[in-house]
Amino acid sequence: MDRNSNIYTFIFAIVMVVVVAAILAFTATTLKPLQAENVRKEKMQNILSTIGVEVDREQAGAKFEEFIKKQLALKPDGSVNSEVDAFKMDLHKETKKPHENQNYPIYLAEKDGKKYYIVPLYGAGLWDAIWGYIALESDKNTIFGASFDHAGETPGLGAEINQSWFEDEYIGKTIFDEEGNFVSVKAIKGGAKVGDMHGVDAISGGTITSDGVTDMVEERLNNYIPYLKKD
Amino acid sequence: MAKEKEAMFSQKNRRLLLDPLNDDNPITVQVLGICSALAITVQLKPAIVMAVAVMFVLVFGNLIVSLMRNIIPNRIRIIVQLLIVAFLVILVDQVLKAYAYDVSKELSVFVGLIITNCIIMGRFEAFALANGPWKSVLDGVGNSMGYGIILIIVAFFRELLGSGKLGGYEVLGHKAKTIAESTGVYQYGYENNGFMLLSPMALITVGIIIWYQRSRNRKLIEN
Repeated sequence: MDRNSNIYTFIFAIVMVVVVAAILAFTATTLKPLQAENVRKEKMQNILSTIGVEVDREQAGAKFEEFIKKQLALKPDGSVNSEVDAFKMDLHKETKKPHENQNYPIYLAEKDGKKYYIVPLYGAGLWDAIWGYIALESDKNTIFGASFDHAGETPGLGAEINQSWFEDEYIGKTIFDEEGNFVSVKAIKGGAKVGDMHGVDAISGGTITSDGVTDMVEERLNNYIPYLKKD
Repeated sequence: MAKEKEAMFSQKNRRLLLDPLNDDNPITVQVLGICSALAITVQLKPAIVMAVAVMFVLVFGNLIVSLMRNIIPNRIRIIVQLLIVAFLVILVDQVLKAYAYDVSKELSVFVGLIITNCIIMGRFEAFALANGPWKSVLDGVGNSMGYGIILIIVAFFRELLGSGKLGGYEVLGHKAKTIAESTGVYQYGYENNGFMLLSPMALITVGIIIWYQRSRNRKLIEN
């Protein structure tokens, strides 16, 4: 057949596209359960890492059961909504709802007899979504650990938010000032002052991602104040 | 294996493999693939991952295009090539997500960058469409090595001078909040050059490499 004829070109294009689409669709469907499992276990790993429990992916499920005592979904007024499964909540969809209709997931963990409150975070970086978890100590004020991750920040710059040097800066910072007002913890361009309880060093060359983290921490934690201020 | 198939590495085929490393380097001589060379050379590790990923896509893409070279309609060949690149990249990404999740996370952004890498389309168009499968594979290996080697050199200098690390290790010592607490060169007041982390310095580094290469390699000197 003439390789330059219109009919050949059309047939070739159709066959090519169908074959490629079929192979990709088949691969994606067969691998889906494995991929979903990886994502689920990684979420557990991330949550556990904020209270200083580092596990590999295989043991994540068992350790999660061991340390995470309660998974709650909170209403905006801080009361518990028992109809919602906190772990299965999709924060991406949830954050699009108006504030009154949202549920706010929180994980209550216990390690070595101490209680921790783990708050999931979700926000926007420079290119794509960023998310993370912050664990508060039993005073509901001091940060015990933080874990961040991203979908597509620039490697070496904004993507550094998931590195321990950045995450560890949050340890020991407080989210309320001495009068009990909510001030959050900010990532400060040019570096936080020594002894600043509400600031950490931002990432050089990753200012917009750092600002994204600042906004995310402030915006999300703000929703938990009614719960954190209770009792 | 190389001994049995000696003929496969004839003088001509060896040139396919080695020319792109110097005389015909895709970045410094053909000035292709500059965009990704700027984006991911802040640190050594992503640069190496990117080099390996590009090698995989280029070698297999060249092979597929070469095998199909006699049936691809001339008028839609660019789109067909694009389809092949996208197909390979998505396939690899899906498999990695299932079986090597951590590597796939490392690659996240590069997936898009690989598809748009002009070296890949350039080699499909300029070489694989006109040559047999074995030659195309050699060409793919050669060009991706030529690409990778520049990436790694640039990343080496940017990471070393920009953040004082290599592959994530603090080779120049630890920089603490104050000079007194620091170790290595930092205790003498050394500061990292933050400018190295930004894209302009990647261009300048590539420029310096081009200058160095041209001053050494007489073949590249233009009249």
